[in-house]
Amino acid sequence: MEEGKVLSQSVQQSAAAYAIIHDKFGEAVSAFDANETMPFFEVLNTSIWTEIALFMRDNPKLQFNYMACLSGVDYQAEEKVGIVCNFESLGIFNHKLAVKVKCARNGGSIPSVACVWHTANWHEREAYDMFGMSFTGHPDFKRILCPDDWEGYPLLKDYKVQETYHGIKVPY
Amino acid sequence: MQELDIAGMGSVRVTRKSDNVVVLEKDLMTEQMVLAMGPQHPSTHGVLKLECLTDGEVITEAVPFLGYLHRCFEKCCENVDYPGIVPYTDRLDYLAGMNNEFAYAIAVEKLLDIEIPRRVEFIRVMVAELNRIASHLVAIGTYGIDLGAFTPFLFCFRDREHILALLEWASGARMLYNYIWVGGLAYDIPSDFNKRVKEFVDYFRPKTVELYKLLTENEIFVKRTIGIGIMPADVAINYGWSGPMLRGSGVKWDLRRNDPYSIYPELDFEVPVPDGKDSEVGDCLSRHLVRVLEMEESLKIIEQCIDKMPGTEGFNPRSAVPKRVRPKAGEVYARAENPRGELGFYIQSDGKSTKPLRCKARSSCFVNLSAMKDLSKGQLLPDLVAIIGSIDIVLGEVDR
Repeated sequence: MEEGKVLSQSVQQSAAAYAIIHDKFGEAVSAFDANETMPFFEVLNTSIWTEIALFMRDNPKLQFNYMACLSGVDYQAEEKVGIVCNFESLGIFNHKLAVKVKCARNGGSIPSVACVWHTANWHEREAYDMFGMSFTGHPDFKRILCPDDWEGYPLLKDYKVQETYHGIKVPY
Repeated sequence: MQELDIAGMGSVRVTRKSDNVVVLEKDLMTEQMVLAMGPQHPSTHGVLKLECLTDGEVITEAVPFLGYLHRCFEKCCENVDYPGIVPYTDRLDYLAGMNNEFAYAIAVEKLLDIEIPRRVEFIRVMVAELNRIASHLVAIGTYGIDLGAFTPFLFCFRDREHILALLEWASGARMLYNYIWVGGLAYDIPSDFNKRVKEFVDYFRPKTVELYKLLTENEIFVKRTIGIGIMPADVAINYGWSGPMLRGSGVKWDLRRNDPYSIYPELDFEVPVPDGKDSEVGDCLSRHLVRVLEMEESLKIIEQCIDKMPGTEGFNPRSAVPKRVRPKAGEVYARAENPRGELGFYIQSDGKSTKPLRCKARSSCFVNLSAMKDLSKGQLLPDLVAIIGSIDIVLGEVDR
């Protein structure tokens, strides 16, 4: 963040929400990135992501009851894949915060938060379908948009489409 | 009495009444049956497949299967430059192209941090609200058809045609417009456009009353929808519902009011939520009512846009359109209130390329549909049709 720059009100609200999470989990979360377009923090200790999620939803000062979006992302340079979740306290505080969780690019796994927000159920399936990370503890873990026997994960940057699918030529 | 397992019959109770009389009893349970509904079923509004586990006529579980219309929107976005994505967004929710473009333009403009001319904002809001009415007309008309009322469908499509003609006049296309560009518009509206829109508003206002009488005061329609598929407000929020679905559950939440964008803060309109008098809050009828009432609010917004719109002096719809869209490195999540709920775009830029590193569309129907399992449990099979219709899905947006 540039020195002397005045943060907008919504970023200040996000920063206040982050401070509560940081007080509780300390080293397990990264520093707060106070940009104007999407303020976020990253979960460094991936294994306690579900605990952080429950805390974010149930803490009376946070109450992030609404998961707006969960997007899978391929961090090819870091050899990682991850998710970006956008949260909001809908109708209560109206503050917003984004959270990033990353895991290894090959065979990595992230704890599922489908038990915390139902929204995550299908979104995590979609992230797996497109990026191949697995979500431990997901109640119904399978592909969602591609067929079950599709090879590879299409949104990875180095994805090569398969030649044939059940005898049908795929690339055209 | 003893229990025997006789091949092919399952567990059978055997009672010996006397030396030569043996009674075999089998439980008279109806068998569970798997019933695949779709992907070619007319009431699934496209290519949605529902695998229903039924016990008689009661649904024990209905599992949606998606992906029949998956066109790799997000992969396409990574190979096209920012302005080139606009036509792709039209094809997400193809009933509300203007709203999709609007949401995408907001996201990229937020990333670029540019100012938009005021007249552009007014035109954007006006065409988006016109498109919202057109989209709600399809939703209401097809919902009537699902439940056996054919006439409202014809009335809805007749009126929708006027809107499509207006939008075609402005943009050159009926449904896939490519009209709202990053930083501006493709063209200014034609000189008589506002006059014709005003005529349409005057024509359409009495028609909403007619539509209200045809469906919402129709005894059969009400009996089919009231108390069906009830969703409590807190569960709806947990499922990430948005738009008319969330408001149908009694949550007064509209992004145009609660997270305002563009010129919506200057406009005066209501956010209709069911009061529980005509319907049970959270049921199919509530969602339908919200859509009907929202059309009236959209008409109000359109009228205000016409009145407040700045003149054409020195106006160029492309004055703020960047020659080359190359945002600085960063991420944005921006959203807009679509007819079906919150359409969000998560865009990641690396600061070097003219193509996004990642562009994810947060589809409102996709999220709304994910509650299908909970909504349909224990309902009757004919009511399943009422529930799907009330979710108002567009498979183009669900599968992307």
